[in-house]
Amino acid sequence: MLKEIIFYGRGGQGGVTAANLLASAALKSGNKGVQAFPFFGAERRGAPVKAFARISDEEIYLRSQIREPDVVVVLDTGIMDVVNVTEGLKEDGIVLLNTPRKPSEVEMPCRVATVDATTIALNNKILVGGIPVVNTPLVGALAKLLDGVNIEAVKEAIKERFGKNAEANANAAEQAYNEVVL
Amino acid sequence: MIVIDTGNHIAALAAKMAKPHVIAAYPITPQTTIVERLAQYVENGEMDAEFIRVESEHSAMAACIGAASVGARTFTATSSHGLLLMHEMLHWAGLARLPIVMVNVNRALGPGWNIWSDLNDSLSQRDTGWIQFYASSVQEAYDNIIQAYKIAENEEVMLPAMICYDGFILSHTSMPAEIPEQHEVDKFLPEYKPAWKMDVEKPATHGNIVPPEYYIQIRYDMHLAMERAKKIIQEVGEEFGRKFGREYGLIHEYRCDDADYVMVTMSSIAAEGRVAVDRLREKGEKVGLVNLRTFRPFPREMLKYDKMIVIDRDISPGLGGVVYNEIRGNGSEVYGFMAGLGGMDVSYKDIERMYELAKQGKEGLYPLEVK
Repeated sequence: MLKEIIFYGRGGQGGVTAANLLASAALKSGNKGVQAFPFFGAERRGAPVKAFARISDEEIYLRSQIREPDVVVVLDTGIMDVVNVTEGLKEDGIVLLNTPRKPSEVEMPCRVATVDATTIALNNKILVGGIPVVNTPLVGALAKLLDGVNIEAVKEAIKERFGKNAEANANAAEQAYNEVVL
Repeated sequence: MIVIDTGNHIAALAAKMAKPHVIAAYPITPQTTIVERLAQYVENGEMDAEFIRVESEHSAMAACIGAASVGARTFTATSSHGLLLMHEMLHWAGLARLPIVMVNVNRALGPGWNIWSDLNDSLSQRDTGWIQFYASSVQEAYDNIIQAYKIAENEEVMLPAMICYDGFILSHTSMPAEIPEQHEVDKFLPEYKPAWKMDVEKPATHGNIVPPEYYIQIRYDMHLAMERAKKIIQEVGEEFGRKFGREYGLIHEYRCDDADYVMVTMSSIAAEGRVAVDRLREKGEKVGLVNLRTFRPFPREMLKYDKMIVIDRDISPGLGGVVYNEIRGNGSEVYGFMAGLGGMDVSYKDIERMYELAKQGKEGLYPLEVK
């Protein structure tokens, strides 16, 4: 079963890293086909950016960009003023938002999941240049929403990627996994 | 071991495992991360190679030519305008019959400035005497680099080889790749032992004036070497298959056996095309796909299907699709599309649409001007 995920965030926020961590965790969870790639644009810090991930139990031959995602992850809800994040979302697709609000408090024409990744990042003291790192908790939350990706694999992928702060990022991912609400 | 990483990082790993003595390269988007990674390998002692920092791509190729002339195994990588700046030296490497191996990350040419995938950079090096491989996955990029050395250094060949893959679509996409152990690679690709090299102990003149009656032989011999390379590419691809479980040839056929139409393409579009073929087959369409692995030597004699649809991510102004025109005139009914230029996304839906259009006898620039 192919699952396609789009990450929306701002340049420098870690959307591409999130896609890579998810792909790595999916591979560790036993999926044969995984992919992670940035939107092929001119990226700059602060501007809205997109990253993609694909997960399948079979080898993936698709090389095109994702147009009809199963899950959309929004790292910064502020970009929803300028980007239509539900564009192309599959009928039973899910939007995962980084917000302290509950899904019932969000008005969107689709299934909504929420997790307060910013607060989780602050509590775990994962900051880069003073900015909370929300990508690792959001990947943790995805492990709850996606069949075939387990949280242990997410933590392992995080530990492989981050030298120092690996533990704090892995803890943040686990906390988000436990706190995400659909 | 299965590793997940970007096309560029996996290419750098392949280059490292092929154990070149000399790397000379200049960074350019989207090739940069190959050079960064190789510089890191050399810096931290993981790789025992001379890394020459050069001031341009022309110099990078010149340095590789010098090193290869004294019998060193060499590696470089470039993209787009970098490859074009090398052009004079590419002919030099080809005519000097030096088995230099290079990665070209395909990128469009400017102006208008564009950093995305387009195959015109490498296809316009068609006549330089370089073998050209095209990869449709990160795994193929790795496998092609390892095999390229063995093919290029074969005494029946002795030609430089270029491994090409799409900028961003493969260079910056993380995918899993099976990486063999170093000792397995060493066994498959032993140390380079040139039959001839420049040697200060045995001085000889090299590159002096050649009268027409000899020059014509040199030039034609290059052509014959390229023809012989077809057999060697096949043999090395089979040996690679026996050792590593992934067999290669000049082309890869997918569901072609009973096909009424065969789509011919290369690079990432060839992977996406498999998805289109599967979907069309489900609808009862008898269609297959050929992934062209080599553009030089060109396996023209293998492309004998009644009806072919060629998809080019390139354009030769005044003639049309490059691959299309290499095939046309072989007795088959051939339809040509140019698509995805400058990184335009080509999805399986686009490929299915091109198939439908070809069935109606149409061809041209997709999706803007199809007649």
